[in-house]
Amino acid sequence: MALLNVDNLSVSFVTRNGTNKAVDNVSFSVEERQITAIIGESGSGKSVSCYAMLGLVPSPPGRIDGGTAHFQGQDLLALSEAELRAIRGRDIAMIFQDPMTCLNPFMKIGDQLIEPLTLHKGLAKGPAREQAMALLDEVGIRDPQGAMSAFPHEFSGGMRQRVMIAMALINEPKLLIADEPTTALDVTIQAQILKLIAELQTKRDIGVLFISHDLAVVSDIADQIVVMEKGKVVESGQPKAIFDNPQHPYTQKLLAAIPSGQKAADTVVPDPLINIENLRTWFTPTAGAAPVKAVDDVSLQIHRGEVLGLVGESGSGKSTLGRSILRLVPMTGGQISFDGIELSALEGRSLKQFRHRMQMIFQDPYASLNPRMTVYDTLAEPLLLHGLVNKAGLEQAIRELMDNVGLARAFVRKYPHEFSGGQRQRIAIGRALATRPEFIVADEPVSALDVTIQAQILDLLADLTKEYGLTMLFISHDLAVIRQIADRIAVMYHGKLVEEGATAQVFETPQQDYTRSLLDAIPGANAA
Amino acid sequence: MNTATQIFDDAEKGSSLWHDAWLRLRKNKLALFGGSVLLFMVIVALLTPWIAPYSYEAQNLDLGASPPSAAHWLGTDIFGRDVLTQIMYGGRISLAVGFIATAVALVIGVTWGAVAGYVGGRVDAVMMRLVDILYALPFMIFIVLLMVVFGRNILLLFLAIGAVEWLTMARIMRSQVQSLRQQEFVEAAVSVGLSPAAIIRKHVVPNALGPIIVYTTLTIPSVMLLEAFLSFLGLGIQPPATSWGLLISYGAETMEEYPWLLIFPGCALTLTLFSLNFLGDGLRDALDVRGSKD
Amino acid sequence: MLRFMFIRILQALPVIFVVITATFFLVRSAPGGPFDQEKVVIPEVKQALEAQYRLDLPLHEQYLAYLGDLAQGDLGPSFKYPGRSVNEILFAGLPVTAELGLYALIIALCIGVTAGVFASLKPNTAQDYVPMSLAMIGICMPSFLLGPLLVLVFGIWLDWLPITGWGDIPGDKILPAVTLGSAYAAYIARLSRAGMLEILSQDYIRTARAKGLPEWRVVTQHALRGGLIPVIAFLGPAFAGLLAGSFVVETIFQIPGLGRFYVQAAFNRDYTMILGTTVFLSSLIVFFNLVSDIVAAWLNPRLRQQFQGGGS
Repeated sequence: MALLNVDNLSVSFVTRNGTNKAVDNVSFSVEERQITAIIGESGSGKSVSCYAMLGLVPSPPGRIDGGTAHFQGQDLLALSEAELRAIRGRDIAMIFQDPMTCLNPFMKIGDQLIEPLTLHKGLAKGPAREQAMALLDEVGIRDPQGAMSAFPHEFSGGMRQRVMIAMALINEPKLLIADEPTTALDVTIQAQILKLIAELQTKRDIGVLFISHDLAVVSDIADQIVVMEKGKVVESGQPKAIFDNPQHPYTQKLLAAIPSGQKAADTVVPDPLINIENLRTWFTPTAGAAPVKAVDDVSLQIHRGEVLGLVGESGSGKSTLGRSILRLVPMTGGQISFDGIELSALEGRSLKQFRHRMQMIFQDPYASLNPRMTVYDTLAEPLLLHGLVNKAGLEQAIRELMDNVGLARAFVRKYPHEFSGGQRQRIAIGRALATRPEFIVADEPVSALDVTIQAQILDLLADLTKEYGLTMLFISHDLAVIRQIADRIAVMYHGKLVEEGATAQVFETPQQDYTRSLLDAIPGANAA
Repeated sequence: MNTATQIFDDAEKGSSLWHDAWLRLRKNKLALFGGSVLLFMVIVALLTPWIAPYSYEAQNLDLGASPPSAAHWLGTDIFGRDVLTQIMYGGRISLAVGFIATAVALVIGVTWGAVAGYVGGRVDAVMMRLVDILYALPFMIFIVLLMVVFGRNILLLFLAIGAVEWLTMARIMRSQVQSLRQQEFVEAAVSVGLSPAAIIRKHVVPNALGPIIVYTTLTIPSVMLLEAFLSFLGLGIQPPATSWGLLISYGAETMEEYPWLLIFPGCALTLTLFSLNFLGDGLRDALDVRGSKD
Repeated sequence: MLRFMFIRILQALPVIFVVITATFFLVRSAPGGPFDQEKVVIPEVKQALEAQYRLDLPLHEQYLAYLGDLAQGDLGPSFKYPGRSVNEILFAGLPVTAELGLYALIIALCIGVTAGVFASLKPNTAQDYVPMSLAMIGICMPSFLLGPLLVLVFGIWLDWLPITGWGDIPGDKILPAVTLGSAYAAYIARLSRAGMLEILSQDYIRTARAKGLPEWRVVTQHALRGGLIPVIAFLGPAFAGLLAGSFVVETIFQIPGLGRFYVQAAFNRDYTMILGTTVFLSSLIVFFNLVSDIVAAWLNPRLRQQFQGGGS
C-alpha cells in the first residue's frame, strides 16, 4: 500500500478577477521509502497540490473542490484543522525553497528546532535540545552546540537548508515534502543537499515528495516522476521511461529544453576586442571596514565574434566583472580597453558616445524594464538618444527590432507588467540591440525564466549573435547552459579567475579543483 | 508619411499602471467617499463668498447664541453670528493652510530627497545628517516659540508648518530614489547612455510618485491639525479671521451652555480629516501593488 | 551594541546644543523684553533689574554665561516669579506631566496593540474594519476637540467623572489621560496592524504552521516579535508628541504641569523660563528617541550582530 495516495484532487482560487482552477483532477502517489518527484513550471499547480493536502492553502481565496488524499489510512482532506495540525510536523514534514525567509529571523535556531518536539511529543526543553543537537550533527552542521544559540542570518544558504531539514526530520515523520529545496542554492551546495536528502531518506526509511521545476535535478534521485502542466498531470512513470520514451508533448518539450550538447567548436580567431588587465573592483560598504574584493586582479581577453561564458557561483564576482566593463560600477584599479580605446579614460560626453557600442541584458526581466514605459518608449529611447534614426524612421526601426526578437507588433503600446517573463526578456534584448552594439554583456539572462522559455531565449540569443556579428560575454551559474552557447569558458571564484579555455577542453579536462567540483555538481548525470 | 503611422495602427491598447491603480481605487468605497466629501468641502470653500447664507460680519446681538433653527441651520454664536457662515469661512482658511503648507513641504522635501538619494555619497550624508538633526528637534516646542516670538503672521504660520513636514517628505523621497537607483532599469538607462538629469526625470521620478502622492494626501490632515492646535492655543489664526481650530476653542469655552458651538465646527474638522485619511489610505492600497510579476 | 549606543549618543549631543543655541537667540531676538509689559517702571529701576538678570551685557556674553550655568545644571532664575528659579518651577511641574504622559502611554499601548493585532488576524473583515475605523476617529479628532467633548459627555451631562484638577478628587486623572492617549492609541493600532500583516505574510509563518503549531502560538511566539518592532520604534516620537500634547490637555483640564507653564512662559516672555523648559524638554525628547532607537535596533538580531562587530 502506498504511503500517500492522492486521488482526483482539485483546488481553485477565487479572486476578484475570477475563479482559477489551480489543480485539476490530479492523482499521484508516494510509495514507502521511495522518492516521488513532481515536475512542473510556474503555474503548474505542483506546490498548491501539496500545500492543499496539509491545509496550508489560505481558505479564502483557496478552495478544495474535491478529491481524496489517503495517508496512513486517513483521508487528509476530510480531517479537521486540529487533526491536521497533529499530523503536520509530526507524521508529515515540509521543507521549503528559500531557507532565509523560511526561518524566523528573530528566533534562535535552537528554539525553532525544538518546537516540533516540545509541541508534538511533549518533551521538556532539556531532552529536546539534546535530540536537536544530535540531529544537527547528522545533517552535517559542524558545531551543533554553537548553532543552537545562533540566528539564521549567521549561516549560509546551504547550512540554513540543513537546519530546515533537521527541523523537519526531528519528529521522525513518515513523509517528507520538499518544495524546491535546492532552487535557491548554488550549484555545488545543491549537489550536497541532494545527496543529504537521498542519504537521510534511505537511512530513516521515509517517503519523499520532491517538488521541482528541474528535470535534471530529480533524474538523479527520483524513483518516480510526475509531470504537471497547468494544473493537470500529463505524464508519470519511472525516470528511465520518462527520459527514454516521453509520451506527452509537454514532457517532450521539457526534455528538449534541458540545455544539452555543446556548441560546435568553431576555432576562435584570437582577435581581442576587449582586453582586461589586472582589473580590480572593490567595494567599501562602510567607511573604515575591510573592502569587499568583488573582482580581484582579473586579466582576460574577449575575442571578436566569440561568446565567452563566464561561470561562477554567487559571490564569485562575475556580475561585477560584466558591470565593470560597461562602466556601470567604478573600477578600483587595472585597465580595460575596448577596440584599443582605454575605457577608464572616457568620461562624460566621450563615454556617452561610446556607450552605444556595448550594451547589457539583465537577469530579472521585470526589474530591467521601466514599468511606466511602453514597449515603444523603451525601444525608442536608445534610438533617439544616439541619433540613429530620425522621427520618420523611428517606427520602422522599432518594427524591425520587434520582429527580430520575436515580439508581436500588436503589443507595441503595452506595458511590461502585461507581458510574461519570456516576452519581457525579449523586450530587454530588443533594447540592447537597438543601438547596433558590437559587444553585449548578458548577465544571467535566462536564470529567472521557466525551462521551456529558457530554451527559446537561448536559441534567440544564439541566432542574434550570428546575425548581428556580436561579441558576447555570457554570465551564468548554470554550466549546462554555458556549454550550449559558449565558445570559450572562464571560471571565477571569490573574485579571481580560476580557469580559462575552450568549452570542450574545460568540460573534458578541467585543470583546477574548483572547476572539477563545479562540473561534478551538474545534476542530471543520469539524464544524458 | 502615411506608412509610418500605419505600421502600428492596429496595435492593442496598453493598460498603464496608473490606469490599473485608478481602477483599483474606484472599487474602494471608503476612498471614494473620502474623495467626494473632500471635493465637496473644497468647492464650498471656494464658493463661500457667494453662497454663504449670511455675511461674515453680520451680527445679531439681540438674538445672541441660539440653537439650530430654520433661519440659522447650525445656530448662532454669542454675537448672533450665523455658525454655518463661520464654519464656511473658517474652512477656507483651514483648507488653505492645509494645502499651501503641504505644497511648501512637498516642493522642498521632494527636491531635497531626490538630490540626496540620487547623488549619494558625501552629499547625501551631509544632507541627511541635517534632516536627522532637524528631525530630532522637538518641533512643537519650536513652533510655539516662533509664533510667540514673531507674532501671529499667517505667512510665518505656513512656513513654520511647512518646515516641520518637509523632513519626512525628504526622507521618503530619498529612500524611494535610493531603491529605484539600484533597480536594473535605471542601470539599463545608464548603459544606454542617458544623462543623470534625464534619468531622474524620465525613470526615477515617475516611479517615485506613488508613495509621494500617498504621503502628500496624508500630510494635509496632519498640517490642518497642527494649524488647529496652534489656533487653539491662541498662536495661530487671529481674529477677525477665523479657522476651524479657533471656532473649536471658542466653542470649548462655552460648551456647557451652547454645545452646538463646539460640536458643529468639530464635525466639520473631523469629517474633513476623515475624508483625507480614507482617500490617502485608498491611494496607498491602489498604488501599492506594482502590477503582476510572473 | 555598545559601539552603536555610543555613536548614537554622540549624534544626539549636537542636537541638544543646536536646540540651546537656537532657542537662546530666537527668544532674544523677539521684540520686547520681560519687563516691558509691567506697569510703568522708572528707568533706573529697570536698569538695575536688567543688570541683575544680566540683560545689559552683550548678547554673546550672555550666551556664554548661560552655557556656563547650564553645565552646572542651573537653569537660572525666573523673570516672572522673582525669587524662584526655573529649576524649582520645572521640577514642581515635571512629576505631574510625567504621570499624565505615562498613563496616556499605557492606555495607548494597551488599547492600540490589542486592537491592531486583533485586526491583523482577519484582514478585510468586520474584525478588521471596526477597530480600525475607531482608530481613524482617534486620529482625526484632535485632543482639544476630544477633551471638551469627553468633558461635556462624561463630566457635565452624565456627571460621572470630575473635569478639572489632578490628584484632588479620585478619578480626575481618567479623562485627561484618555484624551491624551487616544490619538496615540489610534496610531499604535495602525502601526501594529501594518507590522503584523507584514510579518504574517512572511514565509517563516508558513513554516511555523507546517510544523503543526496552533494559530495562537504562531501569532504569539513567531509573529509578535517582528510585528511589534515598528511600535517600539514609534515610542520615542510618541513620547515627544505626548509632551507637546500635554500643553493642550493641561490647559483644558487645568492641570499644573510643565506644558501649561511653558505656554504661559512663552506668552510672558519669561526668557529663562522659556529657555529652561525648552532645553529640558528637548533633552528629554532626544533621550527618549535615543532609547527607543537603541531598543528597536537591539530587538532585530541582524542589526544587533552588526553593531557587535560580529556576524557574517
